[in-house]
Amino acid sequence: MIEARQLTKRYGDKTAVDGVDFTVRPGAVTGFLGPNGAGKSTTMRMIIGLDAPTSGTVTVNGRRYAGHSAPLHEVGALLEARSIHPGRSAFDHLMALAYTHGIPKARVTEVIELTGLQSVAGKRAGAFSLGMGQRLGIAAALLGDPQTIMLDEPVNGLDPDGVLWIRNLLTGLAADGRTVFVSSHLMSEMALVADHLIVVGRGRVLADTTVQDLVRRAGGDTVLVATADPAGLRRVLAGPGVEITGSPGSERLSVTGLPARAIGLRAAEHGIALFELTDKTVSLEEAFMELTKESVEYHSTARAA
Amino acid sequence: MSVIADTRPAAEVAPARPRLKVTGRRVARSEWAKLWSLRSTWITLGLGLLFLLAFGTIASLRYKSMLDSGQPMDPDFADATTYSLALFGVPFALIALGVLGVLTASGEYTTGMIRSTLAAVPRRLPVLWSKAAVYGVLAFAAGAVGALGSFLISSAVQSGTPIGMSLSDAGVLRGLLGVGVYLGLVGVIGVALGTLLRSTAGGISALVGTFLLVPGLMSLLPKSWRADLTPYLPSNAGDSITALHHATGTLSAGAGLLVLLGWTVLALGGAAYRLMRADA
Repeated sequence: MIEARQLTKRYGDKTAVDGVDFTVRPGAVTGFLGPNGAGKSTTMRMIIGLDAPTSGTVTVNGRRYAGHSAPLHEVGALLEARSIHPGRSAFDHLMALAYTHGIPKARVTEVIELTGLQSVAGKRAGAFSLGMGQRLGIAAALLGDPQTIMLDEPVNGLDPDGVLWIRNLLTGLAADGRTVFVSSHLMSEMALVADHLIVVGRGRVLADTTVQDLVRRAGGDTVLVATADPAGLRRVLAGPGVEITGSPGSERLSVTGLPARAIGLRAAEHGIALFELTDKTVSLEEAFMELTKESVEYHSTARAA
Repeated sequence: MSVIADTRPAAEVAPARPRLKVTGRRVARSEWAKLWSLRSTWITLGLGLLFLLAFGTIASLRYKSMLDSGQPMDPDFADATTYSLALFGVPFALIALGVLGVLTASGEYTTGMIRSTLAAVPRRLPVLWSKAAVYGVLAFAAGAVGALGSFLISSAVQSGTPIGMSLSDAGVLRGLLGVGVYLGLVGVIGVALGTLLRSTAGGISALVGTFLLVPGLMSLLPKSWRADLTPYLPSNAGDSITALHHATGTLSAGAGLLVLLGWTVLALGGAAYRLMRADA
């Protein structure tokens, strides 16, 4: 369980995280979603005490991270930036972290096997590919058998095999009853693993919701209709909570507030011919873009340089 | 709790997992492991020992050959002793061991390892104390062992010459131990500078500047100040600790130790302040 209350971080006059409130609950994968520069990494760094909040608090299982006697047993974190000395072997790196908590060597071997690093465990971490480095970071995160796992952009740079492995790992950990908190700027990736979503932009929480809710809010309940008698259909469908749009003279209308089934039945009752009747599906990616379009740090412009 | 779980034998329900907890001793164990799992430690420590042994031996042999050939003695060697010849390599070992001290701390920042380290020990200060203690003891041991070895070689070379000296002579053992203490504290200052400046280049510059360049700058000061201030410089205080005889215008060994300890505490204090106050 991670709880942030009015969490704020300022660097000079730039506010990276701006009064953020959220709760990450056990037993589910919570996605932490936002465009680059939205404050995801800063928030995660504050959770494990690497950065001190300018104001507000964040607690892990009811306490400040540094207040726990065995922090690695509370939260296992993979940060976006590499946190490994390149001159040390994977095994030595994990062993050095294990010693601080009295974690036995057997557990180090266990996480090495779990992350598939057996064959490279003795090699210098500096020679690792991006994917292997990521696996080593995850091995370190799992080392203390933590109740909460927090991963910052874990699929970055992974091949499809690795991406699938991470997905299964995350859902498995959540099924164990653990708290899983994963950040990403890729909505499509989150949609596959996350149960719950916290969407941030420019340091603020834009949505704290489920995947389905997010889609609904982004206009997923619109139905597209093409008909021979748009004016007639408008009259027939009009009612409280129903909104119909369409350019004048066009056969095509978009209707919100009525399911496709109801529209079809009413058109049939009044003998209005329909050529098309489709649920307008909004992809998660579109829903996400819609939500964060105001808060993207760098917009690309169509202008040629 | 379900009834089924309760009927299981206790050992099966709770396998013998050790209780996980961060303790000072465990953090020190971790720092020890970190130190030895890097190649740079072996190389730099080896270099430090080599400087002590090799330069001491070369100086001794050079002295002996000049003495044997009957040539007039080089002014540099005019008032040499077995002990002073043996310690010829100390300034070089000081740089090697000090640089390694800087590296053990600054390397954490330049590589990003510090994030893993502080995630494991979020209270932070135990990391600094452990690093300083573990590396300080190691640098002490390397310094003392290297100085002892160098003295034994030098004393074997000079035996039978007018400056022949043995381990049992007054002050020799204390002085050799003093070399260990001096280099150990330099190592700790290196760790502190690395933690304070978070950069390898910056840490090494500060270390070299303090121990090699600042003494040279003292000649810019008015003469009266110079005599008052010079003995209190870290390098001069360190030399006092290793000196066989208390010379005028320098501190006694005990006072030198106190002054160098003061500089060490100052450096560690600065490092602790930055470690606790700044984001990692």
